[in-house]
Amino acid sequence: MSGYFSPQEILETIRMVQMENLDIRTITMGISLRDCAHPDLATAASRAYDKICRAAGRLVAVGEEIEREYGIPIINKRISVTPVALVAESAASDAYLLMAQALDRAAREVGVNFLGGYSALVHKGMTPGDRALIASIPEALAVTERVCASVNVGTTRAGINMDAVAEMGRVVCETAQRTAAADGIGCAKLVIFCNAVEDNPFMAGAFHGIGEPDCVLNVGVSGPGVVLNAVEKAPEADFGELATVIKRTAFKVTRMGELVGRAASAKLGVPFGIVDLSLAPTPAQGDSVARILEAMGLERVGAHGSTAALALLNDAVKKGGAMASSHVGGLSGAFIPVSEDAAMIEAAELGAITFDKLEAMTCVCSVGLDMIAVPGDTPAETIAAIIADEAAIGMINRKTTAVRIIPAPGRQVGDHVEFGGLLGRAPVMPLNRCSSAAFVRRGGRIPAPLQALNN
Amino acid sequence: MHEKSNRIIVTVIGVDKVGIIAGVAAVLAEANANIVDISQTTLREFFTMIMMADLEHASVPFDELKRRLEALGETLGVKIDAQHEDVFKFMHRV
Repeated sequence: MSGYFSPQEILETIRMVQMENLDIRTITMGISLRDCAHPDLATAASRAYDKICRAAGRLVAVGEEIEREYGIPIINKRISVTPVALVAESAASDAYLLMAQALDRAAREVGVNFLGGYSALVHKGMTPGDRALIASIPEALAVTERVCASVNVGTTRAGINMDAVAEMGRVVCETAQRTAAADGIGCAKLVIFCNAVEDNPFMAGAFHGIGEPDCVLNVGVSGPGVVLNAVEKAPEADFGELATVIKRTAFKVTRMGELVGRAASAKLGVPFGIVDLSLAPTPAQGDSVARILEAMGLERVGAHGSTAALALLNDAVKKGGAMASSHVGGLSGAFIPVSEDAAMIEAAELGAITFDKLEAMTCVCSVGLDMIAVPGDTPAETIAAIIADEAAIGMINRKTTAVRIIPAPGRQVGDHVEFGGLLGRAPVMPLNRCSSAAFVRRGGRIPAPLQALNN
Repeated sequence: MHEKSNRIIVTVIGVDKVGIIAGVAAVLAEANANIVDISQTTLREFFTMIMMADLEHASVPFDELKRRLEALGETLGVKIDAQHEDVFKFMHRV
């Protein structure tokens, strides 16, 4: 075609978009709220509302314009803001719910389905503002619809704040109780991190870090369907060839993210931050990360070999994607949520994948134990211990890990919870019933590991 | 991406029949879109036509043209798709 493209190249692109769910998963606008701080919390909240509406007023319209122009669906348009604890703590009041409600109204006003950044960074300790924010999380997630919360409890440099871990165990349980009527859906909007990143465009863990500019646009690409198709076409390939197939595909998918990011940033007059190379599944058929692992030759995800398969996939996606974008960032890795991935749900129902296998798999991918429903009577100390385990994996391996777990009130192993939409559905998975309470009660900090001493 | 191109790529995939090219060309001409290049192959049993058109002086916006082409595809019983050239440029060229 005019010396430009071969028919094969053109048809490949058309096929990816039309048949394999190639899409841009999210364009996320990061907005700093640092200039909204005020001694009067109501004033701070209204400043935040105004700034978000001003900065993101055209976000959804521009996203839709780009979808029309390029014919590539952009599934989500979202917003991340400065961790609210940093903004709200200048105020005399600690009724931070006011902030959550202002953010919720702003999200509704500009038409985004989720806004992240009801957050605190407490990996080494808590300020009064952090404490007030964390205390308000259960109610905030119960009374708002679109606000997402996250708390960073550990880093490789600082170690793990076990007081915060214990507190978050209680917060998760209380959040579930407050949203009991909807199977504890509040917990689907709460992420507990180790080594949280400042430019993550994916919910529920997105926030706008303090090293970020006033306003920035980050893009999350996806495309499990495209990768699955490529893997299925290479049933005989050895691992070297398989990695190459995935790399090539990831490159092409990421280029679309780069295109959309540049276009959106130009149209909005906002700097382009990063492309996040994550493979993010949705409950839709053909949009599953677990199915890719199965296509590599595993009967079900969770079978022995799953961790190795995921390691190869995750690495190849990064290698291919890194070449395709001028700025790669965010989480950049395959996500393995349970409720949001059709093949993962099936494997969990069959008992093919267990909680412990999921934990092992998080050592080699981003991000962590994600969207897992567990029995409603799970003690807060057990949830805290799960968070501690996951944070330890992140701390030692210098990677981001996270926990987004739902102790579904009144549910037992074998029951199902339904969250609907992109959040999907999940079978309640069994946990180890032995107590971790005395361990969690020790409190204090797990010291930073040797890995931190690299200067 | 620096010099903003206004070219689109139209693809037609389906069972070959009389009037496909004429139909697409007519829709493009009506929109004052200039056909830059055209190629045609058969992929297995499917007829595949790829056309590059320049919308520099087009009288209708891209999304309206895309709708018209899709509607034509429905009447002809083929799948017609139009996408901006940048999509292909980004995916296949660095």
